[in-house]
Amino acid sequence: MLNKPRWITRVAGALALTAGLTAGPAQAADQELLNSSYDIARELFSAYNELFAEHWQAETGKSVEIKQSHGGSSRQAQAIIQGLRADVVTYNQVTDVDMLHERGKLIPADWRDRLPNASSPYYSTMAFLVRQGNPKNIHNWDDLARADVSSVLPNPKTSGNGRYTYLAALGYAQKAHGDDQQAIDNYLRTFLGNVAVYDTGGRGATTTFVERGIGDVLLTFESEVNNIIAEYPDGGYQVVVPKVSFLAEFPVAWIDRNVQRNGTEELAKAYLEYLYSEPAQRLIAGFNYRVHDEKVQAEFAERFPELELLPIEAITGDWETAMREHFANGAKLDQLQRR
Amino acid sequence: MSSAPRGVSSLFSSNPGKRVLPGFALSMGISLLFISLVLLLPVTGLIVESAGMSWAEYWAVISDERVVASYRVTLWAALIASLVNGLIGLLLAWVLVRYEFPGKRLVDAIMDLPFALPTAVAGITLAALFAENGWYGQLFALFGIKVAFTPIGIIIAMSFTSLPFVVRTVQPVLEDLPTEDEEAAVSMGASDWTVFRRILFPALWPALMTGIALSFTRSLGEFGAIIFIAGNMPYISEVTSLMIFIRLQEFDHAAASAIASVVLLASLLLLLAINLWQARYLRRLHGR
Repeated sequence: MLNKPRWITRVAGALALTAGLTAGPAQAADQELLNSSYDIARELFSAYNELFAEHWQAETGKSVEIKQSHGGSSRQAQAIIQGLRADVVTYNQVTDVDMLHERGKLIPADWRDRLPNASSPYYSTMAFLVRQGNPKNIHNWDDLARADVSSVLPNPKTSGNGRYTYLAALGYAQKAHGDDQQAIDNYLRTFLGNVAVYDTGGRGATTTFVERGIGDVLLTFESEVNNIIAEYPDGGYQVVVPKVSFLAEFPVAWIDRNVQRNGTEELAKAYLEYLYSEPAQRLIAGFNYRVHDEKVQAEFAERFPELELLPIEAITGDWETAMREHFANGAKLDQLQRR
Repeated sequence: MSSAPRGVSSLFSSNPGKRVLPGFALSMGISLLFISLVLLLPVTGLIVESAGMSWAEYWAVISDERVVASYRVTLWAALIASLVNGLIGLLLAWVLVRYEFPGKRLVDAIMDLPFALPTAVAGITLAALFAENGWYGQLFALFGIKVAFTPIGIIIAMSFTSLPFVVRTVQPVLEDLPTEDEEAAVSMGASDWTVFRRILFPALWPALMTGIALSFTRSLGEFGAIIFIAGNMPYISEVTSLMIFIRLQEFDHAAASAIASVVLLASLLLLLAINLWQARYLRRLHGR
């Protein structure tokens, strides 16, 4: 029975390992915080939570455990309206945070004035990913309306990412055609007609373009485009950043009603405010988002080419108008997609 | 039928089985409570959600041009997928019941895979296989056929997710089918085709029909597997469940429920029709 001792050590080892694993969460943190976020921010916030926990420990001597919940941000907002007691939200669309006020009265209407830069600690824009060597010679938005170009983007009806892309194309067309509504509509209709696949979300569109080899150009966040390049270093893709694009804000807010009930008001505010600090901004820029901190901006200047970023105000007034005039059922987008 | 027929006919017989559970009243009470809590209440909730709308609003939502186009795509794809499943499912059930071959248990177990697998996983896998650079997609591309990101992709996703319905409804009936009738027919000189047409098929038909109907109704509501392979082009490859999803994304629960109620009604009517037809058919078959 030579095997017996070895068998015993293995079991003992497994038991010790299990004990070690379960011991981790058993050491309860002094405080807890739930961050409800959007789909592709998982990696970013895992890194940020660690950074913040260290900062908080140094500042107050208390340990904090931050729980994350990720999903499509409209769905996430719905969960909170239906009663999920998240302390803070970090989304990729202003409209989803607005819903927390409109439908749930969980936050005040002026939530955007409570933190710097309209409560958006970082931002991004829409960029193109093309196949190596740019065989179709795609440089700007007008190239996407050419007959020989097929594009991949998430469905603007189901994805904030897709809505941003639509608005970026609209902003470009407004610049190119001025007041000529007919020309703007024609451009958008051709642009939308060239779409090969409408995935329901940003990551799905990435998969369709990269893994399935569909389309000549992928339209998505600049951050996502750069992440793909990093993921496939010699995968045969290159980034094209158009001269004009949309300013995509990533709004954050603490949920007043929930933090009061959870007793986490101070912690929640600190968690969001620290996003604006230099170390946090550096971390965020490392994930290919554009940041406001000038020092960090200079450090990462090479990564983010200069371009004209149109805010929503320059295109359709505000988010409410944009939703009503373009994305609501039967509005502009539906009309443009009608056969 | 010489020996006492088990299977289908015993399902419909009025002969009460052994009383294992305590008393009829208690068993029936628990069953009804469960049906109400798990089936009826959620469905009622769905209808209530859309009840806030006026009839005109309700009609406007469900008769929207794009939504109607999605009904058309969904219906056609589900119809083709369930007919294909009817054919293949019958064959699979036949092979599994009537033949012995190595690995039979494995094939039998694999049959349930589409039920066990998260449908989104199925969708992603199918999209990978049928994309133009995928294993199957390359072959289709030789003939200039695009499968992934077209309505054909929808049909494939629907067939995949609902195949077990046909196999698992036909299989037990086939197992319980007495072989005496077939043997008698063959001994009197009937050809294989005649045996199938006159003896096997009439007995299998109700179960097969149920399987096809289940497969069809399941396909009407399928979402996860389809969105990854459909391409989701407005008016061309958008399915009805996507339209529901879109309304939900717009925080319009009432409209989403309204469209869902159309799917619900269609499925309900179909299942009801099949059940009524089946009951009549079986009465005729057994001369009751």
